[in-house]
Amino acid sequence: MAQQPKDFGYGEEQEMLKDSARRFMEDKQPLLALRESIKGTEDPYFGDERTGSYDKTAWDEMVGLGWTALAVPEEAGGVGMNLVTAVAVAEEVGRASMPTPLTSTLQSTFALREAGTESAMSWLSKIAEGTSMTLAVYGKDGSLESDSTDVTASNGKLNGTSWYVQDLQKIDSLLVAAMDGATVKLYCVDVNADGVNLEFDRIVDLTRDQGRVNFNDVSAECVSEDGAGTLHKAMPALLTLISADMSGGCEWLLQATAEYAKVRTQFDRPIGFFQAVKHPIVNMMILGDQTRSLVYAAACTYDTDPGTAHKAAHLAKSSASDTAEFCANRATQLHGGIGFTWEHDVQIYHKRVMHSQQLFGDGVWQREQAAAYF
Amino acid sequence: MASPETTEQREFREYCSAWLAEHKPPPTKIPLPQAAYEVTSEDHRTYLVDWQAKCFEAGLIATDVPKEYGGHGHDKFQQIASTEVRRANVPYFINWIGLGMAAPTLLVHGTEEQKKTFLPPIFSGEDIWCQGFSEPGAGSDLVSLQTSAVKDGDNWVVNGSKVWTSLGHFAKWMLLLARTDKNDKYNGITYFISSMEADGVTVQPIHKMTGESGFNEVFLEEVVVPDHYRIDEVGKGWQVAMSTLTNERGAGTGVGAIANSESPFAAIEALIALAKREKRNGRTLWEDPIWRDKLVKLYERTEAATQNFRRLGVKELNGGAMRIPLQGKLTGSELGQELHQTALSMLGMKSSLYISDPNAEEDGRWALGYMNTYTGTISGGSSEIQRNILGERVLGLPKTK
Repeated sequence: MAQQPKDFGYGEEQEMLKDSARRFMEDKQPLLALRESIKGTEDPYFGDERTGSYDKTAWDEMVGLGWTALAVPEEAGGVGMNLVTAVAVAEEVGRASMPTPLTSTLQSTFALREAGTESAMSWLSKIAEGTSMTLAVYGKDGSLESDSTDVTASNGKLNGTSWYVQDLQKIDSLLVAAMDGATVKLYCVDVNADGVNLEFDRIVDLTRDQGRVNFNDVSAECVSEDGAGTLHKAMPALLTLISADMSGGCEWLLQATAEYAKVRTQFDRPIGFFQAVKHPIVNMMILGDQTRSLVYAAACTYDTDPGTAHKAAHLAKSSASDTAEFCANRATQLHGGIGFTWEHDVQIYHKRVMHSQQLFGDGVWQREQAAAYF
Repeated sequence: MASPETTEQREFREYCSAWLAEHKPPPTKIPLPQAAYEVTSEDHRTYLVDWQAKCFEAGLIATDVPKEYGGHGHDKFQQIASTEVRRANVPYFINWIGLGMAAPTLLVHGTEEQKKTFLPPIFSGEDIWCQGFSEPGAGSDLVSLQTSAVKDGDNWVVNGSKVWTSLGHFAKWMLLLARTDKNDKYNGITYFISSMEADGVTVQPIHKMTGESGFNEVFLEEVVVPDHYRIDEVGKGWQVAMSTLTNERGAGTGVGAIANSESPFAAIEALIALAKREKRNGRTLWEDPIWRDKLVKLYERTEAATQNFRRLGVKELNGGAMRIPLQGKLTGSELGQELHQTALSMLGMKSSLYISDPNAEEDGRWALGYMNTYTGTISGGSSEIQRNILGERVLGLPKTK
């Protein structure tokens, strides 16, 4: 086992970047735009697709700040930073519940890094310049194995459908898993390419969107002939990034619930006085801290000791998934009636972290994957 | 951001680990109990005091304490020594109350004379200390304690009783909290050093659910305590006690590795090994996905505790100075209890075979250990009190009392 840095590799650069991300979110207040887009839509899940919540100017500013370039290798025009750095930013995105394809784009970045081919490098250059990308790797049954895709590839043409593609309304390009015979290969393609047709799902999480991509004889560039191997190598980074987003969201749920318990008065006292309220809030903190420590540890393991990265990342996502479920549950319960309403931000965070809980597999799935490393 | 290790620190680390490897004592004839607070036999006491004295001489205890108080006068070396002691799997230090509570309290609140008199024999293990806080009527609600101290010239006369007094049967000194003003709950308590050899002190062992002893009830009848054995001002006892408890809860810096019992990693690894050999229905428990899920979850929590400790070194990621340290005692004790509970469940019909039974798995360590985990979840402020403290001090929730 390689020697890991005690501080997770989290130094001044990472703190500066995280701090600027935090200030950016405070400035942008992404939930205000989201609120505007869902105001008065009593039936938001049954009307037309919502697109108003996505602030494209914020994306351009994030590109300007170098966030899409940060994990792109220097030879592809990026900054070549590691996963701990990306995690520091992803945590702030989650804390703000920001509707943005950034986490998906960072995940795609690490998958392309693992692919390592010339074509992968050229797509990484586009990401560095601001092209967003998301993973299109699942089939209809949502099973999590890498060969579960319903897309086929033949002579460089893609056919079939990718399911459960995240951020589909916000995205510029796709990283597609497709079966070429019995082999999984990875392809990159622009969402506007000929033969690509998008259908949007109606999902619970208001900060994200999701959908299906239909491929009809689509010409796509192969970026990895060994798609299963590439996805396997990238999996620790994919899991750690989404766990970091969840860690930030759970911290928000904790702080919001603690603040509410100080001001909401019942039986002549702030409800936080009562131990039936106080103790579960403390339990939210304890679980959140476990997740946060495991996330930074998993990121550092991927960066410095890749041989043990899978175990660390599965533990981090296992923890994040269970923490998310508990924190979402207690936050809504302890806010009482108001937390159950459309108007309150708790519902927005609640839905986002629970959506994330299932992405790349919940706690039970993660523990079963981790068990292979014992 | 953790500062990188200096050459001096690295050399000291290497010195500690080499010394420990060379001087690790042979095991006792009758195995030591699982923790220092359960030691009752004279043989064990002699063996452990001898071991602590050697470690002190070697510089592993009181490493950062100034030389005029009997320490070794280094700066920021104690944590290195303590880490190496924990890692070396050597016997625990018997004088854990002296090292973990008395010394840190005296260093902050003691007079020059008190520091010079009491500290050196604490470090060497020559004087064993016990703690006189809890009373039959004052446990979690410690501030309601009733043992009284009445001024009589240059002395105080103490009457009352203390309970759950670990090591009271070996101790020479007690950290005593006594009420000096009945009309002021919080400012009516004073902190004393009280001799366990004084007239009027009776120590009576209490037997635990494990069948072992190790702690006591201590009766104080007209016990005379000289005024120069008072720590800090009259009426300041509660404030001083809170700083002592901070050390007990693992938040203080301490002067030596105190809780040198088995690491949680050793426990979860033993559990997984057990799962790989215990069988039900023709297959090992590890081959059963329900058990795997349970065990990997416990492993995850154990790993999280280690990584929380690592994150302490990166203060930008701590979310406040006390947030992680104040969780240590609570999460560690609850995890330890669940690990043991799980082991008993895995052992099934074998789980009740106890320490004296020849067929008991690993000499009955799981059943014994399970019962003893309640020491962790109850003493030093029960888990319920810990959650109050965390809610109030870290999250700013309204005080329950």
